[in-house]
Amino acid sequence: MEQFEGSDFYNLDDLLTEEQRLIRDTVREFVDDQVVPCIEDCFMTDRFPLQIIPTLGELGLLGANLNGYDCAGLDNISYGLIMQELERGDSGVRSFVSVQGGLVMYPIHRYGSDEQKDKFLPQLASGKMIGCFGLTEPDHGSDPSGMITHAVEDGDEYVLNGNKMWITNGCISDVAVVWAKLDDRIRGFLVEKGSPGFTTTKQEKKFSLRASTTSELHFQDCRIPKANLLPGADGLAGPLTCLTQARYGIAWGVVGSAMACFDAAKKYSLSRIQFDRPIGGFQLVQAKLAEMLSEITKAQLLCLRLAQLKDSGKMTAQQVSLSKRNNVYWALEIARSARDLLGANGVTHEYPVGRHMLNLESVKTYEGTHDIHTLILGHEITGIPAYK
Amino acid sequence: MKIAVCMKRVPDTATRLTFAPDGQSIDTSEVQWVISPYDEFAIEEALRIRERHGEGSVTVITVGTESSTKELRQALGMGVDDAVLASSEEPLDPIQTARALASILESRADDVVLFGRQAVDSQGAQVGALVARLLDRPFVNDIAAISIEGDQVRIEREVEGGREVIEGPLPIVVGADKSLNDPRYPKLKEIMKAKKKPIEIVTPETGAPALETIALTPPPPRPEGRIVGEGPDAVEELIRVLREEAKVI
Ligand SMILES: Cc1cc2nc3c(=O)[nH]c(=O)nc-3n(C[C@H](O)[C@H](O)[C@H](O)COP(=O)(O)OP(=O)(O)OC[C@H]3O[C@@H](n4cnc5c(N)ncnc54)[C@H](O)[C@@H]3O)c2cc1C
Ligand SMILES: Cc1cc2nc3c(=O)[nH]c(=O)nc-3n(C[C@H](O)[C@H](O)[C@H](O)COP(=O)(O)OP(=O)(O)OC[C@H]3O[C@@H](n4cnc5c(N)ncnc54)[C@H](O)[C@@H]3O)c2cc1C
Repeated sequence: MEQFEGSDFYNLDDLLTEEQRLIRDTVREFVDDQVVPCIEDCFMTDRFPLQIIPTLGELGLLGANLNGYDCAGLDNISYGLIMQELERGDSGVRSFVSVQGGLVMYPIHRYGSDEQKDKFLPQLASGKMIGCFGLTEPDHGSDPSGMITHAVEDGDEYVLNGNKMWITNGCISDVAVVWAKLDDRIRGFLVEKGSPGFTTTKQEKKFSLRASTTSELHFQDCRIPKANLLPGADGLAGPLTCLTQARYGIAWGVVGSAMACFDAAKKYSLSRIQFDRPIGGFQLVQAKLAEMLSEITKAQLLCLRLAQLKDSGKMTAQQVSLSKRNNVYWALEIARSARDLLGANGVTHEYPVGRHMLNLESVKTYEGTHDIHTLILGHEITGIPAYK
Repeated sequence: MKIAVCMKRVPDTATRLTFAPDGQSIDTSEVQWVISPYDEFAIEEALRIRERHGEGSVTVITVGTESSTKELRQALGMGVDDAVLASSEEPLDPIQTARALASILESRADDVVLFGRQAVDSQGAQVGALVARLLDRPFVNDIAAISIEGDQVRIEREVEGGREVIEGPLPIVVGADKSLNDPRYPKLKEIMKAKKKPIEIVTPETGAPALETIALTPPPPRPEGRIVGEGPDAVEELIRVLREEAKVI
């Protein structure tokens, strides 16, 4: 494979600081060295590349936009660029980092007690501990408010019962941020590996995000100390605020998958000869490439502005919905189009395109499906909620 | 332990180079710059020497344009303590570069000065040796290992069929080979901290150039290949052609 070249048609690099470019280039090099060589095998054999976790921690990629507790304290453009570069490697690797930072460290950082922060955050930042986020249940996906998992007080402990499904990192986690009802309010609980009554099952037979571990979590009279309740989160807003963080990362991340697909398709179009000329010389092929580059450039602009809004504290969840919805939609379209341009080669793992295309199907669904984000925007535009 | 590393920024080897309209230089407007890979080994080794000794400082020095600060910050992000930019907007030839570096190094009293064995753009492999000469210090290029005990240094080089060992007193100037180490990534937190680390900018004495670039021309296009046949049947003909026409075997 030739070396990856990012896309920067609008010279957006000029808008980045020296540090931001350096961070981007560092992660790009890390992905070239340690993700690209192994990721196809991970995808084929349905496993996460566990060996990269210490380096993810050492570099400072875990919870990189959080402050204190050994986190890197980066601005949100840098954070976004990290997501973009990781997802250029594979959506599964970006998912790992999104979950660890946006869905595990963030809620502990924001809603946790000082003891919880001291105990978990440095360990999670270094990658010595792995975390997962349990919201979705077998019967409650897009509408988590109907969740069944619940907790009751019993002396110094909470007793949890219920099941979570589709949980990224589930069975490789040391700590699960579990959302469950306590007195009919959604609360967050930190469930550590080995807690009595807590088990996990790996979910097999995915054709997407195969280089990411997805699991069911089972709580059967699971007992955890009372100190493991996140004191600051009360109600559905708790998990939803976390999702806004992770969705922000996805909006950037999928630009990386799209760039990888565009890069492969462009190079292939220039080298593949049919009808006596490179297929890149045919108008239909150029139309596809032109659309890819246009949509990548538009997605990059959305990301940059969203980052500015986030850094200035003005970003709304609805703005994140627009970017997540748009960028994932187009990344998937670009991957499909690139797959097409690669002809029969596009259905093989000789090229990363098919893998990205399959991965993006999950990304379209998780963290709010495409249509749920449509409804969020529709609600924002009209003021009328249309979910029910 | 006082250590200096001389570093050059070079076009990324993946960059497609084009000539500037003057025909005497490279058009750098679209170039992606990186630290010359051999210099990365030099930086890594400098950090390891400092770490092994538990004390000391590593300074990275480059001669180049103001935009070289990105590569200096990368070195700072890897853990280098401070950086010096010998600012020159004009391209310099090897002896001018060496004079610029020597003028900075002269007063620093470094125990070890590290270079990469050569820069991967111009492939000159001379600046390290020139600087050592100007400083009147010994120079060993292509080093594969280095260890320091008191004021004595022990260096190993890869030579045909074995390793050459060189011992002598400090100070010393060395050129790093790729077998020396495996460079670390800069840590993101260090990159952010590097923003606050000082980069000293100096205007160096360079003197007159010794080289003049008259013209840059691309290599002649390679003649088209010839397929002499396919499968095992082609081997005989291929050998004949290699022996009689290409005269390479
Ligand atoms: C690989 C992978 C990893 C995941 N990781 C995690 C994780 O770490 N933690 C976690 O908690 N969850 C995780 N999820 C779960 C994910 O968030 C859910 O799959 C997602 O929220 C959708 O829920 P669902 O699958 O139950 O689909 P459903 O909610 O059943 O939706 C099915 C379809 O119906 C549509 N739909 C639903 N409601 C409406 C409506 N009101 N109007 C119109 N259309 C509607 C949806 O858009 C969708 O097309 C993961 C999922 C996958 C695939
Ligand atoms: C699973 C599988 C099974 C197969 N089974 C068989 C089989 O049994 N027997 C058999 O003979 N073949 C088989 N094929 C091959 C299949 O028919 C070819 O893959 C197909 O004809 C496309 O050729 P290609 O892969 O070389 O792509 P290319 O021809 O290189 O096309 C690459 C891209 O360029 C586009 N393109 C090409 N020319 C032009 C043009 N002039 N203008 C605009 N765009 C253009 C194409 O639409 C495509 O997007 C199989 C393929 C697969 C994937």
